[in-house]
Amino acid sequence: MDQPYYSVSSGARRLTLFTFASPRNFYHLAGRLIPWFTALGVLAGLAGLAIGLLVAPTDFQQGDAYRVIFVHVPAAWMSMLVYIAMAGWAAVGLAWRTGVSSIMASALAPTGALFTFLALWTGALWGKPTWGAWWVWDARLTSELILLFLYLGYMGLHASIADPRRADRAAAVLALVGAVNVPIIYFSVYWWNTLHQGPSVTLGNAPSMAPEMLAAMLLMVAAFWCYGIAVALRRARCIVLELHGSAAWLRRRIK
Amino acid sequence: MLKMARQLVQRDLLLALRRRSDALLPLAFFLVTTTLFPLAIGPDSILLRSVAPGIVWVAALLASLLGLQRLFADDHADGSLEQMLLAPQPLEILVLAKILAHWLTSGLPLLLLAPLVALQYGLDAQALGVLWLGLLLGTPVLSLLGSIGAALALGARGGSVLVALILMPLYIPLLILGSSAVVAAGDGTGSAPHLMLLGALLAGSLAATPWATVAALRIAHE
Amino acid sequence: MGLSCHQLTCRRGRSTLFSGVSFVLQPGEALWVQGRNGSGKTTLLRSLCGLALPDRGAVHWEGKPILATRSDYHAHLLHIGHADGLKQDLLAWENLALGGLSGSQSSREDAERALAELGLKAEAQRPVRLLSQGQRKRVALARMLLEPARRLWILDEPLAALDQATAAQVGGILQAHCERGGMLVLTTHQDPALPGARRLQLGAEC
Repeated sequence: MDQPYYSVSSGARRLTLFTFASPRNFYHLAGRLIPWFTALGVLAGLAGLAIGLLVAPTDFQQGDAYRVIFVHVPAAWMSMLVYIAMAGWAAVGLAWRTGVSSIMASALAPTGALFTFLALWTGALWGKPTWGAWWVWDARLTSELILLFLYLGYMGLHASIADPRRADRAAAVLALVGAVNVPIIYFSVYWWNTLHQGPSVTLGNAPSMAPEMLAAMLLMVAAFWCYGIAVALRRARCIVLELHGSAAWLRRRIK
Repeated sequence: MLKMARQLVQRDLLLALRRRSDALLPLAFFLVTTTLFPLAIGPDSILLRSVAPGIVWVAALLASLLGLQRLFADDHADGSLEQMLLAPQPLEILVLAKILAHWLTSGLPLLLLAPLVALQYGLDAQALGVLWLGLLLGTPVLSLLGSIGAALALGARGGSVLVALILMPLYIPLLILGSSAVVAAGDGTGSAPHLMLLGALLAGSLAATPWATVAALRIAHE
Repeated sequence: MGLSCHQLTCRRGRSTLFSGVSFVLQPGEALWVQGRNGSGKTTLLRSLCGLALPDRGAVHWEGKPILATRSDYHAHLLHIGHADGLKQDLLAWENLALGGLSGSQSSREDAERALAELGLKAEAQRPVRLLSQGQRKRVALARMLLEPARRLWILDEPLAALDQATAAQVGGILQAHCERGGMLVLTTHQDPALPGARRLQLGAEC
């Protein structure tokens, strides 16, 4: 590995808040972090799935079908967490005009969309045996669907603007607007679900947590989290390559 | 500053008057859409009366989305939007002035068309009243939130479809509140809480959206 | 004090348009920005207006950064860019009086007088979409005659599409503006006939 990792104009090796706002430092840091997060993610995932699928007891109400929650719930949590992270990076990028922050936001978006999609699919797989239908207009599932549209809107806007820096900044504004609206949307969907006459439709509650189930759930959350970070960092590195491909420090590396 | 805002409203209204079709087409779209549903689902009057609030609101939403192009796209193309960004007056005020002019030519006429739709769907006077109040509070929110989408999509490919994709999730609370207000009025459970929440949504949008729209406009001109 | 910019650098995509641009413009001075097509002249002018944000460097008006004192800066700035900023469906005089162009407020009489001075007495009553390219340019340039308070003029190709007589007339207006103590930054491929103008060559440095 080559040179000073932290570069401030005076050449001192000093860490500041903005050290990793430089594409070069970010590129190096991300490269170092990705293998660790990948390894952690795989380990936690294997452990979580092992416990969840093999060790945790069968629920007396829902049988073995409930085990899909070990993927559904972490995916749903991650989909919301990633949106918050995306909006956070978007805010940083807009406030301090750091391009790398906006790049991080747009790198997170496809991962978040994937988690949302996964949550919806596994929600359907859970719904069929427990409620008898592939889709129910449950408040949580409906909110997940709307969150998917928010992600798609972000990615669509980003893809439609030719200049990459302007695309990052415009999409950042959209991410923030979306983040502010998410509580409002969730509240109104929840209200909508309880308003209309008829039985209150819920997907079904997770069975009361035996310790093995809790352990599996938390391991899966950790696994998805590490996976999400690893993938987003990898994607961000690719975007940095695209944008700064002709920079001297990259050319030296590739040689 | 207010004089400038008033002038801007006057200018936009004058332009809408000179190009009447720009403003009238979305309204025609609204009427055509509300006619499509009875044709699609059958003339059963009880069914129609129960789905009317939802359909009217969805049609109003779609018509509003189509009409959003007028807000900034023309000014962007001929350079007058750039001049607006160079005005000494606060851009937020000027943007609100444009949104006001836009609402006067897109949202307000919808209020005038609402009775026609009530006739189509057999809504009684009370339902029409609640629908009307909901539209009165909700159509400005459509224009306000819409301005964010219109500003973000300036200089992007994708046009109206992109704006629709961006704005649909943001419009959902409005949709839910507006149509459930009418349903609640019919049920006897009272539409007051719905309408009050709509009012809150309007107040919040008035306060918050100009900042986002201004940010999006400046980014579009970088 | 006037306009000053320091180490202005702009990138577009992966390439650098210009870097290290610095100058100070005092009242009464004119700056002629020259360069080949694509050398970043328009981007530089837009950066000076505060529309495009530079990647590095800053622009100052009367000692203060323009991004911090936007409304004050804009009150003294007149910018006429490539797009004329005219609404097609408004009459020529309406564009100047009601157009709201960068927050200006003029009366109908003033607008018509300014248009007459530029040879558009009859055209003042016509909608802009019926005017020729050169006539539209003249309507846009009429703003120069209407805003005495705006001391800094930033003009992008003001002489394009103008015939020789009008170009000479506009040159005279620019000269008079500088003599009155105004400041001027312009790009043009034609000779603006401003003997005292300083020159800034883009694309020569790297």
